[in-house]
Amino acid sequence: MENFREIIAKNVAKMLHDGDVVNLGIGLPTLVANYIPEGINIIFQSENGFVGAGPKPQEGQEDKDLVNAGGQPVTILPGGACFDSALSFAIIRGGHIDATVLGALQVDEEGNLANWMIPGKMVPGMGGAMDLVVGARKVIVAMEHTTKDGKPKVLKKCNLPLTACREVDVIVTNMAVIEVTNRGLVLKEIAPGLSIEDVQAATEPKLILEGEIKIMEV
Amino acid sequence: MNKIANKQEFISRIKNNSVVMIGGFMGVGSPDYLIECILETEIKDLIIISNDTCFVNKGVGKLVGNKRVKKVIASHIGTNPETGRQMNAGEIEVELIPQGTLAERIRCAGAGLGGVLTPTGIGTVVESNKNKITINGKSYLLELPLYADIALIKAAKADTYGNLVYRRAARNFNPIMAMAAKLVIAEVEEIVEVGDLDPDEVMTPGIFVDMIVPAKSLC
Repeated sequence: MENFREIIAKNVAKMLHDGDVVNLGIGLPTLVANYIPEGINIIFQSENGFVGAGPKPQEGQEDKDLVNAGGQPVTILPGGACFDSALSFAIIRGGHIDATVLGALQVDEEGNLANWMIPGKMVPGMGGAMDLVVGARKVIVAMEHTTKDGKPKVLKKCNLPLTACREVDVIVTNMAVIEVTNRGLVLKEIAPGLSIEDVQAATEPKLILEGEIKIMEV
Repeated sequence: MNKIANKQEFISRIKNNSVVMIGGFMGVGSPDYLIECILETEIKDLIIISNDTCFVNKGVGKLVGNKRVKKVIASHIGTNPETGRQMNAGEIEVELIPQGTLAERIRCAGAGLGGVLTPTGIGTVVESNKNKITINGKSYLLELPLYADIALIKAAKADTYGNLVYRRAARNFNPIMAMAAKLVIAEVEEIVEVGDLDPDEVMTPGIFVDMIVPAKSLC
């Protein structure tokens, strides 16, 4: 299980470019920061009000005024900058974030995303997710391919309340890398040891196969 | 002009049913001492506008846990299970707003704007009962300003006139809440004389701030 999460994070990290401003969602997406390739400089934005977020501080070095959007202590790197929530979301909504990486409960073939509530069960609130998905130039969904009981999370149509419509660009799971296009979902990469049929069987909509399908890095 | 106030002076201004904005993001930049002072009174039925409801026994979470709140307007309540429990039990009302929209609605109120057009929430439950407006072929929701009777904010440093300086991620909603409420009370960790702050350093001009209350660490 842990290994799944690392594979997903590593494959997301490969998609980022030198100089990108990136916002990582809480949970699995935060692991992406651990796998940024050598020589690639990413500026991490934290929606609670700063750019230049660095690794977590050493024990005893925590700053009470400096946490990430998940409430965990972090550091701020040289060149970082702090701002208020209105400016933070102007950065997010205004198209100044190159990529955002978020987890998902469901994602569908139109690029719709559901990741903020399960009616009657879990109503934590959307936090900054709706703004991030609408505003970021590239929306990367990082999630396990199926639910705990093996049901597809990549669906023809999301049936949970949406976070945003038609905003997802790419889906990275422990089984595959899938690109969302206006023709549907294009299978780009599969995990080692899996067949295309395995991935299709765990995915509700028909995957489009075209060109070379690569093997994911693990 | 000296705006330093004591506990009695500020607490007398907060009433049952007041609409209160409270700064902070998961407790960081939250006016914890002001919240504790409210808990020492009988004040209840507050309408709280805050990014989140913090944790069960911290910051805004204490007001919820002690049943002082009848409605919460926030972007996220997930870190405080007690808010969810009270919501499901019908004990409090919760209105969830996307974080960027919450910030912009507060900013609008302080900036004298009639509302703001945002693409956030289009095609989701957030758009229900809202005006949808198309500009240059793109859909936006009309989001209206959010005002408060009182803003309880937190700053790292103030001069006695109320010019404020924040630290790191503790800034968050504090500067915009300082503009959107009729009465603004700032809890501060350090107080200096007028003239000691460089005007370029001031993040919230003192004209927005009515009272300064020293944080517990200064008492």
